[in-house]
Amino acid sequence: MESGNLELQYFLSGITKGSIYAVVAIGFNLIYSATGVLNFAQGEFVMLGGMVAVTLARFVPLPVALAGAVVIVALVGCLLEILFFRRLQRHSILHLVIITIGLSIVLQEIALHLWDEKVRSLPYFTGNEISTLKFLGAAISPQVLWVLATVAVIVVLLHIFLKYTLPGRAMRAGSSNPSAAMLAGINIANMRTLAFGLSAAIGALAGCVISPITMTHYEMGAPLAIKGFAAAIVGGLGNPMAAVLGGLMVGVLEAYSVSRLPAAYSDVTVFAVLLLVLFVRPHGFWGRPGGESVREH
Amino acid sequence: MLLQVKNLRCGYGSLEVVHGISLHVCAGEIVGLLGANGAGKTSLLKSVVGLLQPWQGEIHVDGRPTRGQAAWRSISHSMVLVPEGKMIFADLTVRENLLIGGYRNPDRAMQIEIVFDRFPLLRERASQLGGTLSGGEQQMLALGRALMARPKILLLDEPSLGLAPLMVKEVFDEIVRMRDQGLTVLLVEQNVTATLQVADRAYVMETGDIILEGQAADLMHNPEVKRAYLGKGGKEIWE
Repeated sequence: MESGNLELQYFLSGITKGSIYAVVAIGFNLIYSATGVLNFAQGEFVMLGGMVAVTLARFVPLPVALAGAVVIVALVGCLLEILFFRRLQRHSILHLVIITIGLSIVLQEIALHLWDEKVRSLPYFTGNEISTLKFLGAAISPQVLWVLATVAVIVVLLHIFLKYTLPGRAMRAGSSNPSAAMLAGINIANMRTLAFGLSAAIGALAGCVISPITMTHYEMGAPLAIKGFAAAIVGGLGNPMAAVLGGLMVGVLEAYSVSRLPAAYSDVTVFAVLLLVLFVRPHGFWGRPGGESVREH
Repeated sequence: MLLQVKNLRCGYGSLEVVHGISLHVCAGEIVGLLGANGAGKTSLLKSVVGLLQPWQGEIHVDGRPTRGQAAWRSISHSMVLVPEGKMIFADLTVRENLLIGGYRNPDRAMQIEIVFDRFPLLRERASQLGGTLSGGEQQMLALGRALMARPKILLLDEPSLGLAPLMVKEVFDEIVRMRDQGLTVLLVEQNVTATLQVADRAYVMETGDIILEGQAADLMHNPEVKRAYLGKGGKEIWE
């Protein structure tokens, strides 16, 4: 491969990883605006999605396995909300955030026991690991297109859901003003469950499409949650679309850092930039000062 | 009787702010609930709709007991609370605010036209974000949003708060118009004169108790009403 296209190659790999961070960041945002909780177990949804899909794919065709994984992980997300967060409404946000960290560890351990410590992966959706497409001289795997297309579809569908459907509007109303939303007849507790379920579902789908490229492993969730969190903060908490840009930024930054500096510096680069952004714009690039959701109950 | 509250007690933590209050509102009435800051008016309203769990007492809406129900169910009793202050959805457009008001109303698409006809200003601002409206416009939006649910009884918490005098008059005129079209209104206010002018009956609250009740016209000339507001320190009324 000519070196002139190496830049593009790095950029595309950054966009691919970044789009997964974006999905994790969207999940962060959905749950944060609906409940005020920063859910550090968000990365585990991605891991579980991949794990469940790999297992199901042994028995059923791939598309069925993907759908099954998304549904199962969405149910896990709903269950977590009902078991842990609905009952603990009175606790402070800090307690709830610590609970999510605990949940993240517990989910990892459960995954370790249900499966094992082996690295596994789904088959490539189309083609195989050596098939490539030429794009402006750069070689990309068709799976990268699957990742980008899936993330794009998630973003568009989520936008339509939040903007143009009644449940989506109700969810936004609930995060804008919980009391007023309840007075309009919206069952806020169910909306929070829906936010967890939705967040888990998109995380699981991301975990499936990325599995052929990055592999699925029981420990993969926590680093994703940290990067996704960074993406959400850089973009601006409370704004799902900003999370996408934040995610892509983090991914590209990481890829360029790997291309120029020793590989171990990639996290340092990402978090140095994160700190810099927070110094200059404490609410992220697209967040509004005071725009965070205020949880009243 | 559309709304009946018997011996209601409620508060926060261990602090009781409403000490066993009874009141009722008959169909087609405008009933005023007056009192100074901190008298417990808002807490009373909150426990009627379920935003605050009452400690004791009975609440009946249209003959059905509602005490202990979650706040989001209050709307299924055709009861809507328009809360105090800027409780509109600031990040949603005016149209979305109204549609959320009709969340439990299957005919919301039709109802929004009725509300738009009633408040033409809201139609003009339909695609503007709620947070960009002026204080008076937000109050109109809050009223319009409440009407989206086609309620029988409307609980209004300080609709005149922070509005210019001209706007206050407009809001009160609107309340009378709503009553004339068959709505029942419980109007919680600090603005005594304006309230007694539109209300049929009124209650006066002081530090968690009802100290006076009667026909609005009688209360207008009762010096006790004034005393309840001036309180011990003799401060001026906050309007």
